[in-house]
Amino acid sequence: MSEGAKKAVNYPKDLMGLTHEEYDRVLEIMGREPNQVELGIFSVMWSEHCSYKSSKKWLKTLPTKAPWVIQGPGENAGVIDIGDGLAAIFKMESHNHPSFIEPYQGAATGVGGILRDVFTMGARPIANLNALRFGSPDHPKTRHLLSGVVHGIGGYGNCVGVPTVGGEVNFHPSYNGNILVNAMTVGLAKADRIFYSAAAGLGNPVVYVGSRTGRDGIHGATMASAEFSDDSEEKRPTVQVGDPFTEKLLIEACLELMATDAIVAIQDMGAAGLTSSSFEMASKGGMGIEIDLDKVPARETGMTPFEFMLSESQERMLMVLKPGSEKQAEAIFRKWELDFAVIGHLTDTGRMVLRFNDEQVGDLPIDPLAQASPEYDRPWVKTPPQPPLGKVNHPLPFIEALGRLVGAPDLCSRRWIWEQYDHLVRGDTAQVPGGDAAVVRVEDHPKKALAMTVDCTPRYCFADPVEGGKQAVAETWRNLTAVGARPLAITDNMNFGNPERPDIMGQFVGAVEGIREACLALDYPVVSGNVSLYNETNGKGILPTPAIGGVGVLDDVATMATLAFKLPGEAIILIGETRGHLGQSIYLRDICGQEAGPPPPVDLKAEKTNGDAVRALIHKGMVSAVHDCSDGGLAVALAEMAMAGGMGAEVTLPDGDAFEIGFGEDQARYVVTCPAAKAEEVLAAAEAMGAPARKLGLTGGDALTFAGQGTISVAALQAAHEGWLPRYMAGEL
Amino acid sequence: MKAALITFPGSNRERDMRMALTRANGGKPPTDVWHGDSELPQDIDLIVLPGGFSYGDYLRCGAMAAHSPIMREVKKRADRGVRVLAVCNGFQIACEAGLLPGVLMPNAGLKFICREVTLRVETLTAFTRKYRKGQTIRVPVAHHDGNYTADPDTIRKLEDGDLVAFRYADSLGNVSDETNLNGSLRNIAGIYNEKKTVLGLMPHPENATDPLCGGTDGIGLFESIAESLS
Repeated sequence: MSEGAKKAVNYPKDLMGLTHEEYDRVLEIMGREPNQVELGIFSVMWSEHCSYKSSKKWLKTLPTKAPWVIQGPGENAGVIDIGDGLAAIFKMESHNHPSFIEPYQGAATGVGGILRDVFTMGARPIANLNALRFGSPDHPKTRHLLSGVVHGIGGYGNCVGVPTVGGEVNFHPSYNGNILVNAMTVGLAKADRIFYSAAAGLGNPVVYVGSRTGRDGIHGATMASAEFSDDSEEKRPTVQVGDPFTEKLLIEACLELMATDAIVAIQDMGAAGLTSSSFEMASKGGMGIEIDLDKVPARETGMTPFEFMLSESQERMLMVLKPGSEKQAEAIFRKWELDFAVIGHLTDTGRMVLRFNDEQVGDLPIDPLAQASPEYDRPWVKTPPQPPLGKVNHPLPFIEALGRLVGAPDLCSRRWIWEQYDHLVRGDTAQVPGGDAAVVRVEDHPKKALAMTVDCTPRYCFADPVEGGKQAVAETWRNLTAVGARPLAITDNMNFGNPERPDIMGQFVGAVEGIREACLALDYPVVSGNVSLYNETNGKGILPTPAIGGVGVLDDVATMATLAFKLPGEAIILIGETRGHLGQSIYLRDICGQEAGPPPPVDLKAEKTNGDAVRALIHKGMVSAVHDCSDGGLAVALAEMAMAGGMGAEVTLPDGDAFEIGFGEDQARYVVTCPAAKAEEVLAAAEAMGAPARKLGLTGGDALTFAGQGTISVAALQAAHEGWLPRYMAGEL
Repeated sequence: MKAALITFPGSNRERDMRMALTRANGGKPPTDVWHGDSELPQDIDLIVLPGGFSYGDYLRCGAMAAHSPIMREVKKRADRGVRVLAVCNGFQIACEAGLLPGVLMPNAGLKFICREVTLRVETLTAFTRKYRKGQTIRVPVAHHDGNYTADPDTIRKLEDGDLVAFRYADSLGNVSDETNLNGSLRNIAGIYNEKKTVLGLMPHPENATDPLCGGTDGIGLFESIAESLS
């Protein structure tokens, strides 16, 4: 548009979140002023949430291919081949803004949305996980938000009958005004029965199924693309309300219909509801679409076209069916007591035409809107490196520090949370929460199982986004390895502050770079993901939090490893190099009161070598317990193995400063146990595979003893570990 | 045994139950019956009401399902002595339908609880003959409303009639307030009707029938039923 024409533009008072430049592009594409419905559609389609306009440029650099990847990013979820004609389908997605405003419904609908992304593709959901970040424990809202979020996740997941098998929780003041709720679903399908969203077939019917449309969640995607301020709670009407019972019926009805040949394309109505689902389907298939909004099942009377198009009512799907299959499909949805309506058909015009009360209420070109949405190369600055950590004063004796750490908010048991989730329903959960990764058997397969985990260490990402990004990927890979699985692929959920600030954009760019390097080194591609920006309140951003969800396969679930010490008198062996890196460790933060220094460097080659060695030891049946070293370092890893097994140990730490060696968070390390008589064999096998290994001591007794430092009873460790969260939530702390 | 497994909209442990019944029955699966059906197969000798959230449990747990068409038929068969196994939401439905006395209230802690618990087997019946009286077994629970409550007269009848099936206990079989998971009167985890032909329980023995997933302490219940009905 020329300069002269630009000046003549009469901008509407409410641009619905679009910038002036973006509105100019709207005029260019439309060739006229849009009406309110059309402007609303542009607004949500070009919102950060739907268009990835700030992140696209960088996300394109991530590795997304491997021989086992059936579908990478760009569909509802990623799909990987797990052998024997089977596929795993998974994705993680954020529901941060709604969960802060209304924790129960925000978290519940987050679970519902990610479930739909997965079963839309033809998968039976078999597991849910979640990554949660809350503000400081002493912030007045934290208890209420934690309680509401856990209740919401459980309320939804328990009712739909999908086990919630894993997750992670952190507390940090940077999340005081902006909690993170990231939900992940893993599903199973036959590799040759995957359903996609590209519409096809001129004249084919466009069908709406599921719940009726109401006025909830209107402009939720736009809300999720803006910063918070003090009046954010007034945004409660933009939060949707979940109905897990209807979702359960929708899962069963969709899977029943998917067993027939009726479906051409299917897409769930998530953010931006009917608008984004219809646009994406038509755009991907290069089709046009005509929708008669009178035919959309409505929950309330008097709804306008604007409300129909922008509602984010939950538990709804859009499908394109083969002509003639409407009756068969309708019978299935009626059996499950769900709404079913043919609301339009496909055209070859490349346009979306909306009708209401026999009038045309919208007419937009699909491609320019859906595919030519803005892409920004936002200015960014590299995060400056942290100065080296100076001399650290150790305020507590070693054993006392260990006792405090196992009961610290970021390290204590999450049992209070996961016991509120049904983690057993469907009867295939082989490893329950509390271990390194959850393991769920592949239904009806004699041996195979999937392992899954979610991980991120935001304090590392803040200190050094590149190393932090690497570490998040490496930790998922390590956790999958520690149960004996072959890691296959990840989903990334990128939670950051305001991308219009160059320092925040620099965090994003750095984290993507780190994720990229780790994915390449570990042959572990990204197959799906989600970006949540503007996680700020009153101009203060969260710690950069690229949460990673990893999925791997165990070819024989009987070989699965767990972290608990099994028998007294077994040898304890440390795999990997210990240098004693205290920078950004939990010990440094929680015991010494410093968030300082660079995070531990991630040596991806060592990760690969050491992890491959541990996995081989597991598969050969040479080790009896396996645990990775992460938050809290070697001493905490040993304490966790002791607590899980209800059994102590006597160990001698590697040479060096006990605090650095015991609590340093060097990466690429695992602790394993084996029968004492086999210790030399295990050490030799690990060394032969290039992994440094050394014996630390023996299991046994009812206390954990560190030579030269002292002893703490397993009972005392357990009391501290299990005590904090229930007491905190009961208001006793 | 010839079992019918009833599925309501919102049932979610029917698959777990089907696996456990099939394993105990020499690989022969139960007949699936949909809530909207008005008839049960003629020759069945066991009816199973599985766990879940029938109708979302948006009213009182089990209250809607208790009035679904198939439940009239279930009651008729139960009156004729056909065995009924009602687990978790199934137990709630059985109470709401009047097949068993009492009611399941929200847990005393007002939270959903999913964990392995210890149960003491209180009496030996067609459902429990493979166990020993007083034996403790480890099985999981997963419920929000498992707090068994009834009037004093009903409780007396249950106790006097040896109709308490399981109680929440510790590993030595001690029953105390500390082992009371959810506030249930007398630590009751499961009960029988007067003829001991209907068993309702909150825990999930079907999730303890596989050494790799949850252990095997629940197998005894399914083997007892299969043996009694063979």
